[in-house]
Amino acid sequence: MNQLIQYTLHLADNALIMGHRNSEWCGHGPALEQDIALSNISLDLLGQARNFYQYAASLINQSSPSQEATEDTLAYLRDAHEFYNCLLTELPNGDWAQTILKQFFFSTYQYHLYQQLQQHSDEQLKAIAAKALKEVTYHVRWSSEWVIRLGDGTEESKRRMLQAIDQVWMFTGELTDASDYEKKMRIDFDLLQQQWNTTVTKIFEEASLPLPVKSNWHQAGGKKGIHTEHLGFILAEMQFLQRAYPNSQW
Amino acid sequence: MTIEEQFQHKIEEEIKIEPKDWMPDKYRQTLIRQISQHAHSEIVGMLPEGNWITRAPSLKRKAILLAKVQDEAGHGLYLYSAAETLGISRDEMYHQLHTGKAKYSSIFNYPTLSWADIGAIGWLVDGAAIMNQVPLCRTSYGPYARAMVRICKEESFHQRQGFEILLVLSKGTEAQKKICQDAINRWWWPCLMMFGPADEQSPHTAQSMQWKIKRFSNDELRQKFVNMIAEQVKVLNMTLPDPDLRWNEERKQYDFGKINWEEFWNVLSGNGPCNKQRLDARKKAWEEGAWVREAAAAYAEKKAMKAHTQVA
Amino acid sequence: MIGEYGTKYYYGDYGEGKGGTPATSSQQQTQEEMNSWPLWEVFIRSKQGLDHKHVGSLHAADAQMAMENARDVYTRRNEGISIWVVESKYIHASNPDDAGSLYDPANDKAYRHPTFYNLPDEVKHM
Repeated sequence: MNQLIQYTLHLADNALIMGHRNSEWCGHGPALEQDIALSNISLDLLGQARNFYQYAASLINQSSPSQEATEDTLAYLRDAHEFYNCLLTELPNGDWAQTILKQFFFSTYQYHLYQQLQQHSDEQLKAIAAKALKEVTYHVRWSSEWVIRLGDGTEESKRRMLQAIDQVWMFTGELTDASDYEKKMRIDFDLLQQQWNTTVTKIFEEASLPLPVKSNWHQAGGKKGIHTEHLGFILAEMQFLQRAYPNSQW
Repeated sequence: MTIEEQFQHKIEEEIKIEPKDWMPDKYRQTLIRQISQHAHSEIVGMLPEGNWITRAPSLKRKAILLAKVQDEAGHGLYLYSAAETLGISRDEMYHQLHTGKAKYSSIFNYPTLSWADIGAIGWLVDGAAIMNQVPLCRTSYGPYARAMVRICKEESFHQRQGFEILLVLSKGTEAQKKICQDAINRWWWPCLMMFGPADEQSPHTAQSMQWKIKRFSNDELRQKFVNMIAEQVKVLNMTLPDPDLRWNEERKQYDFGKINWEEFWNVLSGNGPCNKQRLDARKKAWEEGAWVREAAAAYAEKKAMKAHTQVA
Repeated sequence: MIGEYGTKYYYGDYGEGKGGTPATSSQQQTQEEMNSWPLWEVFIRSKQGLDHKHVGSLHAADAQMAMENARDVYTRRNEGISIWVVESKYIHASNPDDAGSLYDPANDKAYRHPTFYNLPDEVKHM
C-alpha cells in the first residue's frame, strides 16, 4: 500500500478509535457538565477521523479506479489487522482517572504532531491538521487540568491516578516510535518525543504525580496492525450493522 | 389587592414570574416537581439512545446521534438550573430520582432494540415532546420559559434526523423496511401515552392551566399529534398499528383506538421493561462519580487556600 | 384507576413516588452536599460589540472549570465569542418588594426620552 494512504489511515484510525472510546461515556459521566465536555471531545475526534478517511478514500480511488472507497467502507469494512491506530487509543476506559490520563497522553501527542503536520508539504494533511489543532489545543488544556485536579485532589484520586499510570504508561512509547510509513512522512520524531516528554513532565510535576522511569521497552504493534484483544470487540460492536446488512444505505 | 390577587393578576397579564417574586407555595411545588421531572426525563432519555452510539451504522449517523444525546444532557442541565432558582439543589433532585421519589417520562423505560428505534425515537418521541414543549416556551415562570426556548431551538433538528433515518430505511432493503415498521409498531402506543391521562382523569390540569404553567390539555395535544403523524407515516409508506385509525370528516380530525392505560400506569409505577435498568445506570454513574466530584472540590479548595495565603 | 397509583397530571408531571417530593431543600447538609460543586452564572457575548447577556447557570468546582463548562455547555452552536462566569452567591439582586420605590419614580420623567420633544419635520436625524 502507498505510504501516504497508510499514514492517512493511521491518523484517521487514531482519531476514530479514541473518539469511539470516549463516546462510551455519554450518559454515564461523573457530572452532567463533564459528560457534555467529553462528548464534545468525542465529536471533535470523530470529525477529524472523517476528514482523514475522506482524504484516504480519495487517494485510494485515484490509485486504483476499480475501488470505491468511502469514509464508511474504510471505517466499517476493514478488519482489525488493517487498522493502524496506536494501542493507547483502544485501551478500555476504566475509571475517570484512566480515561483522563489516556486523553491527556493522546491529546499531547496529537497537539505536537499536528503542529508539525500543519507545515507539511501535503496540502490536504496540512489543512486537516491546521483545523484540528484548534480543537486539540482545547483537549490538552481540559485533560491537563483534570490530571492536575486528580493528582493533587484527594488521597483516593491520587491512588487512582497512580493506578492508571501503571495501566497505561507502557502504551505511550508507541506514540512517538516511528513506523516505516511514518518515517517517510518527514516528521521529526525526536522533536515530537522531546515535546511530548516536556509537556507530560510539566503537568505531572504540577499534579505532584511521579513520572515513571524511562525504559526502552514499551508495547507496540498497533501502527502495523497488530493490536490488543480490545480492538476486535470495538470493531465487532461498531461494524455490526454494516456487516449484518451488507450493501445497504443508512 | 392581596398578594395572591397580585400574583394571579400578573399571570393573567402574561407577566412572567421571576425567582425572587412572591408565589403561592403550591405554585412553587408544582413547578419544582414538573421542572425536575422534565430534567430527569432528559437525563434518563440519554440512555436508550446512548445505547446505539457505539453501533451507529455510518460515521455521519454516529456524529449526529452523539450530538443529539449530548444535547439532551444540555437540556437536562438547563432544566435543573431552572429548578434550582426555586430553592432546590441539583443533588437533592438527583436524590429524589435515585430513590424513586421523583418520576420521569415512562417512554424511556422501553428498550431500543434495533437501529430503526433511533429513528422512531426522533420522529415519534421527540415529535410528541415538541408538541408539549412548544407551548411551555410561554409558561408563566420566567426561568422555565427561557430554558424551554433554548431547548426548543436546539430540538428542532432532533425530529428531522429521526424521520430521515426512517425514510432511508423505508427505501432500503426488505430487511431494513421490516425493522422500520417494527420500530413504529413498538413505539406508537407508548408515544400516545406520553401526553398523559385523558383530560377527565387529570384533576390537576385545571389548576396548572389557571397558573399558565400548562397551556393546552393532554387530549388536545394528543389529537394534534395523531393528526400530524397519521399524515407523515404515508411518506414513509409504513402504517401505524391501529385498526381504528381513520380520518373523521365531520370532526376534521383522525379518530384513533383505545389506549391501554393499564400498561401506562404499570410502566409508570415501575413495571416497565427497563425501569430498573435505567435507574441503576443513573445511580451507578452518580455513585462512581462521587470520588471525582470530591477530588475536584478538594483541589479547588486547596487552590483557593493557597491564593489566600499568598495575598496575606 | 387513578386512585390506585396516586393522582397523575399532565406532560412533564408524572406524580410522585411514595413519600412525596419535598418542595425545598432540607437544612441538614450531608457530606455529599459539601462536596458538591457550587453554582455559577454564565454570561455570553454573542458577537463583538454586544453586551454580555445572562444565558443560564451550571455547576463547577472552580472558576477555570466553570469557564470551560460554560464553553462546552452554552456555546455548542457558535453562540459566543466571550464568556463571563461568576459564582452565584456573589450576585446581589434587588428585592422585588422594593420595585415600587426603585423603579416607579422614573415613570414620570418622560423628558429623559427623545420622543418627549416635538421638532419640526424639516429637522431630520436629531
